[in-house]
Amino acid sequence: MSQKILLDKINIPGIKTYEVYRQNGGYASVEKALKTLTPDEVTEEVKKSGLRGRGGAGFPAGMKWSFIDKKSGRPRHLVCNADESEPGTFKDRFLMEYIPHLLIEGMITSSYALGANLSYIYIRGEYMWVFKILERAIAEAKAAGWLGKNILGSGYDLELHVHCGAGAYICGEETALIESLEGKRGNPRIKPPFPAVSGLWANPTVVNNVETIATVPWIVNNSGDDYAKIGIGRSTGTKLISASGHIKNPGVYEIELGLSVDEFMNSDEYLGGMSSSRPLKAFVPGGSSVPILPAELIFKTANGEDRLMTYESLSDGGFATGSMLGSGGFIVYNDTACVVRNTWNFARFYHHESCGQCTPCREGTGWLEKILWRIENGQGREEDIELLWSIQSKIEGNTICPLGDAASWPVAAAIRHFRDEFEYHVRFPEKIKNRDHFVAEPFSQVKHLVGGKVIV
Amino acid sequence: MERKHYKQEINMTEALIARINELISHYPEGKQKSALLPVLHEVQDAHNNWLSIELQDKVAEILQIKPIEVYEVVTFYTMFNQKPIGKYMFEFCQTSCCCLNGAENIMDYTSEKLGIKMGETTPDGMFTIAGVECLGACGYAPMMQLGDFYKEKLTEEKIDQIIADCRDDKIILHDK
Repeated sequence: MSQKILLDKINIPGIKTYEVYRQNGGYASVEKALKTLTPDEVTEEVKKSGLRGRGGAGFPAGMKWSFIDKKSGRPRHLVCNADESEPGTFKDRFLMEYIPHLLIEGMITSSYALGANLSYIYIRGEYMWVFKILERAIAEAKAAGWLGKNILGSGYDLELHVHCGAGAYICGEETALIESLEGKRGNPRIKPPFPAVSGLWANPTVVNNVETIATVPWIVNNSGDDYAKIGIGRSTGTKLISASGHIKNPGVYEIELGLSVDEFMNSDEYLGGMSSSRPLKAFVPGGSSVPILPAELIFKTANGEDRLMTYESLSDGGFATGSMLGSGGFIVYNDTACVVRNTWNFARFYHHESCGQCTPCREGTGWLEKILWRIENGQGREEDIELLWSIQSKIEGNTICPLGDAASWPVAAAIRHFRDEFEYHVRFPEKIKNRDHFVAEPFSQVKHLVGGKVIV
Repeated sequence: MERKHYKQEINMTEALIARINELISHYPEGKQKSALLPVLHEVQDAHNNWLSIELQDKVAEILQIKPIEVYEVVTFYTMFNQKPIGKYMFEFCQTSCCCLNGAENIMDYTSEKLGIKMGETTPDGMFTIAGVECLGACGYAPMMQLGDFYKEKLTEEKIDQIIADCRDDKIILHDK
């Protein structure tokens, strides 16, 4: 069994409640930090831990904290990003639903480090029952003296509230989230200024993912150095992985970074292999926006090394032969899945979720969706594949926020690795009439009908 | 384009006003606009799950902001409904991860069973069905949202049961 940091107590009956959580060592990090450490010492431990943002970007958390403007004299805020909406990702919900006080504890200890006296958890509106769980947990924590004025007699004050969104993927982008928290449309802001200088109500603000904040108590209770001992290289610690698709045991898993993809996929401790006798065709390791990889690049990198669950190994080879760890949304496809249909589906998602501020994204995501739809429905043209490539390349890098990139990458990767499948759709429209066209006749059986062509 | 105007009875109960004031208290003085999204959820839940222009104007008045500031938010976020919908709204996740495990078949089954297409409401006003984007339940597919809760690992039998429970008034929509 590998080490668990976030889910080690998840099976204790009643761990959802304040009493049981407290009896099992809960809130110890708040006591330790407020009584024995300065805010900068807490930040230093997080820096030493090498903890990287668990929302998807993987930016070092301690460094992000160190950017917060402490000189302006303006109030500071910590905002927890619980707007989990990246297709394939459902880990934060699991954590908040089953061990809510871990997040509350992390919010208190982290807010102390940042000198924030008013902090928020921004949760997506669809997780309304989890919103209520957190509201109750905050009330319990407050009643027990962990929130409010002069916590533990330390002189430190903190108010913590939970705030709900209302159905907008874009609000997972930190500046859109801040706009939404201010009661506005979720339009991302131009950076700089970064939130650490001018965030919520123009005050210095740090936005961190749920999992990132929930890791802080362990780091404070132990040490940054201890955390850095877990994992491999710059991928320190553990990571929650949300697993879905054609696998035997879908769900949320905590893994030590450095576990091999092969073991994660095939061992009974984790995914237990495929859900049926149908063979593995492709996987997406980090949520819908990261590149899809074909079977031959899943367990081994292009260099023939074992592919590991780390930031570095999953991106080994760049986008030509690699992908990204992203949010840890691990989606597995067997040979009944159609890559064109999957790509269309994700393109529809990004088109729907584009906020509309930037023309390349607002218009481009619509074009991608429409062209992919016609290819998937037997009305594609040979030149459509080049057109898709051209559109995605014109969105990427040309927008205020990364949603444009997130919409482009899945399309680019699908064409890069599965171009022959697109050509098959264009050339044999009568064979793809049925929605489940690869169930009866998987692509591997008809692949010989088309010749793959590589474009870069 | 002509917009149909739907009428709605506004009922701001004491309990609702108290809850709104509690939400407003979560933000610093002068930043009451921040409470807009949580307040709209509460108001919508208390008004048959939709928000008329008049109701949005009422929210603007309570939060002391301009009506346009409410309209622009209501039209941006998908969870706010701008016209009357069925008492029970089945929102099926139709993003790829759910489709890998049969979301489209479950949607087709429900559609056929209720005799309506996605996005439509049954003539008796009981049910609305819709396909929505990723709800964060990919490992428990197929699934749908019903009120404040998720119904996961759906099967045709489970759909039958949920529909029967709705008709028998056995479904709790909101956790208040």
